[in-house]
Amino acid sequence: MTLKKFFATGILAVLATASFLTSSHALTTAEATALAVGETDSRVAALSLAVQTADAKTAAFIQALADDSIKVSQDPIPKVFLIKDGKPTDPITGAEVAAPASLDDVVNNNRMRGEIDNALAALKLFSKNEKDRRAAIKSLQGEADESKLGLIEKAYAAETNAEIKAEIGMVRAVVLLSNSDATKRLEASQLLASSNSPTTKTAILERLKTESDEAVKAALKSALAAVEAGLVWGERLAAIFSGISLGSILLLVALGLAITYGLMGVINMAHGELMMIGAYATYVVQGVFQKYLPGAFDWYLLAAVPVSFLAAALVGAALERSVIRFLYGRPLETLLATWGISLMLMQLVRTIFGAQNVGVENPSWMSGGITLMGNLQLPWNRIIIIAFAAAVLLGMAFLIGKTRLGLFVRGVTQNRPIAACMGVNTARIDTYAFALGSGIAGLAGCALSQIGNVGPDLGQSYIVDAFMVVVLGGVGQLAGTVYAALGLGILGKFLEGFAGAVLAKIAVLVFIIVFIQKRPQGIFAMKGRSAE
Amino acid sequence: MINKTLLSNKSWGVFFAALIILGVAAPVLNLLVPEGNLFHMSDFAVSLIGKIMCYAICALAMDLIWGYTGILSLGHGVFFALGGYMMGMYLMRQIGTDGNYKSNLPDFMVFLDWKTLPWHWVFSDSFVATLILIVAVPGLIAFVFGFFAFRSRIKGVYFSIITQAMTFAAMLLFFRNETGFGGNNGFTDFKRIAGIPIATPSMRMTLFVLTGLTLLGFFLFARWLVTSKYGRVLQAIRDAETRVMFSGYNPIGYKLSIWVISAVMCGIAGALYVPQVGIINPGEMSPANSIEMAVWAAVGGRATLIGPIVGAFIVNGAKSWLTVAAPEFWLYFLGALFIGVTLFLPHGVVGLVKKIQTKMVNRSGT
Repeated sequence: MTLKKFFATGILAVLATASFLTSSHALTTAEATALAVGETDSRVAALSLAVQTADAKTAAFIQALADDSIKVSQDPIPKVFLIKDGKPTDPITGAEVAAPASLDDVVNNNRMRGEIDNALAALKLFSKNEKDRRAAIKSLQGEADESKLGLIEKAYAAETNAEIKAEIGMVRAVVLLSNSDATKRLEASQLLASSNSPTTKTAILERLKTESDEAVKAALKSALAAVEAGLVWGERLAAIFSGISLGSILLLVALGLAITYGLMGVINMAHGELMMIGAYATYVVQGVFQKYLPGAFDWYLLAAVPVSFLAAALVGAALERSVIRFLYGRPLETLLATWGISLMLMQLVRTIFGAQNVGVENPSWMSGGITLMGNLQLPWNRIIIIAFAAAVLLGMAFLIGKTRLGLFVRGVTQNRPIAACMGVNTARIDTYAFALGSGIAGLAGCALSQIGNVGPDLGQSYIVDAFMVVVLGGVGQLAGTVYAALGLGILGKFLEGFAGAVLAKIAVLVFIIVFIQKRPQGIFAMKGRSAE
Repeated sequence: MINKTLLSNKSWGVFFAALIILGVAAPVLNLLVPEGNLFHMSDFAVSLIGKIMCYAICALAMDLIWGYTGILSLGHGVFFALGGYMMGMYLMRQIGTDGNYKSNLPDFMVFLDWKTLPWHWVFSDSFVATLILIVAVPGLIAFVFGFFAFRSRIKGVYFSIITQAMTFAAMLLFFRNETGFGGNNGFTDFKRIAGIPIATPSMRMTLFVLTGLTLLGFFLFARWLVTSKYGRVLQAIRDAETRVMFSGYNPIGYKLSIWVISAVMCGIAGALYVPQVGIINPGEMSPANSIEMAVWAAVGGRATLIGPIVGAFIVNGAKSWLTVAAPEFWLYFLGALFIGVTLFLPHGVVGLVKKIQTKMVNRSGT
């Protein structure tokens, strides 16, 4: 489907580029018929012949084959027609012609389609547009064979952009790997050593199976080693990046809990549902932008950040005032009551928004990514979430460490009666602190809406993780939370490489359970008086 | 002051009344009294009450560990499900070649293209071995988990949270097809138990009576435990663990033993539950299920033994009624129950009744 669309837009480019071919020759009726009629084998042969010496007409004809707009009449001899705007035309002259009433479709099987697509890609190597040329190289990687060699050589010679030239060189070298001349193969394998693309690796491995010449074999092996060494780094970096990305999500999820549970000692089982509220707030903001500000839709996320913070913070403050304040000092009761709250919030969202997941779209500036190496791509939404987590962390550290509110929160946490004696309104500070923790949960929800499903169960899938991170990092320790989140993220992704996602998750949970046996106070134990 | 008698005379009366209702009246009303008669007990009631009695056993187990020892477990669903899975394996083997694929192996294994039984199904053909496993597997896992947890003196919320992590991890593990427990479909389509067809009225009644007797037996056992010296130490651990240690007791043995006992009770409840409901799947291990057990105990009243049983009946009765009558309100109700009980009824329904009773006595006294 996408391929077709890709080529449909490419038809003009192909028409323009075919004129670049040096030894082009005009399409003849016989060639056109050979391309459209007969056994697949003979058509493929005709196609590779045509591609070598293609002109604009040939390119257009191949494109038409791909678009299914070539029809054939069998009587009395096979004759081909190009259907243009519903009318049959002669593919050579382009003039409208009379055609028999019943025309047959040209049947392209999968092999033929693949060959046609390859041929079109090869022709696009001569596009004036750099982007088209890069796309053509990409689709030729791993697909090109001997028949395209002439074309690739020509494109290689004509290419002016050094980067693209190097890429074409790689494609050419891959094709040359199966050349009958051993010296050519040797040269190709030496060239390939500098490649860092996964397709090169498979090409070398393929060739190694059939290679008989010892010198070439040795060169292939050393090239393979070099390519693999390059790939290994890409893979490692990709694993570390996805680990950091997972860690940043865990951090966002756990930061709010680090305040409500870590500092205030409230076992907030409704933390996940506060994240869900943040995610739904994002969804609502998206809806508002869609309806009233469609022009600025790409920027809805910027508005959603404060809205999701406020929505979750308000709900949090209301919860603290109505339920949680009566349960301070009774952690197990808090646990049950907040679990009840989470059930009610989930049901509330189901009643308002329905039980189905709602769709939250990425703004366009968050899609796509940066390609650093052949096998290392960093998606933009992950990068932005990592930056967002870092920003939230810094903001929170500043708020707790440098502001008056933070001072009060720390004071109340460390010694409530003395703080009260100093004139701190401890009840109000509790509400503020709980609202802050809830608001950060809302921010986490806003971030999660960009990478996962938004539904009533959103919070449930993260609540266990969030508690694990806080407990592992050490209750009451912000720094511990950061290390625990990143550590668990990287460990989880690392284990995923060996054992798959589910087993990795189980292994991480078991690891935490065992770790807490060893260090019941987490990575960073409280020291001094506040230690139990 | 230690209670010398297990139950007061009045309580013994209630106990035997319950025994007669479960053991004699229910079978007669269900099997002998014809349908349409005012006193006929419907099959639906039998299966519902049978199911709730299994839950009540869990609530009783929760009361021992939480109400009397002060350890809130959020992972008892694992033991319940493990007991259920042990029973389920036996029931799956009892299907024999009557499954959809007419194979000697359970259907899901045929589906996964397995040729032989995995190693952990070795004992699933023997009923006696299954009975042993129902006790041994939850007991052993509880022992290992509890040994390490209590040895490193994990308590309070920490313990609750790692038990929740345990049940979550176990759920993920059982969801995998490779674990060999039927993946997310679990076990179902049971045909017979010990060679007798499972879907007959008499079989249903047998399981019902068996569950009722188990519940009453466990109640007496729990009563005996908490009135003994052992039970006094448990309550002392709940109220002031450090003081217990300073008095020369080592709490680990006490905590570990009551933890294992309560896990085994849950396992047995699970084993009784599976043949009655006809299905077991990893959903039973979800953290929500375990935490619901805690609410049964809290609603009825902790540290009363009878309270959690009452609580299990109230909550599950309300659940089976509400999920049919107004399904969208069930979670509101359950949530409100969690909040209301913790805020306003710290001693549960039993505490409320007692309070009203004393008020009435005082009023009539003056």
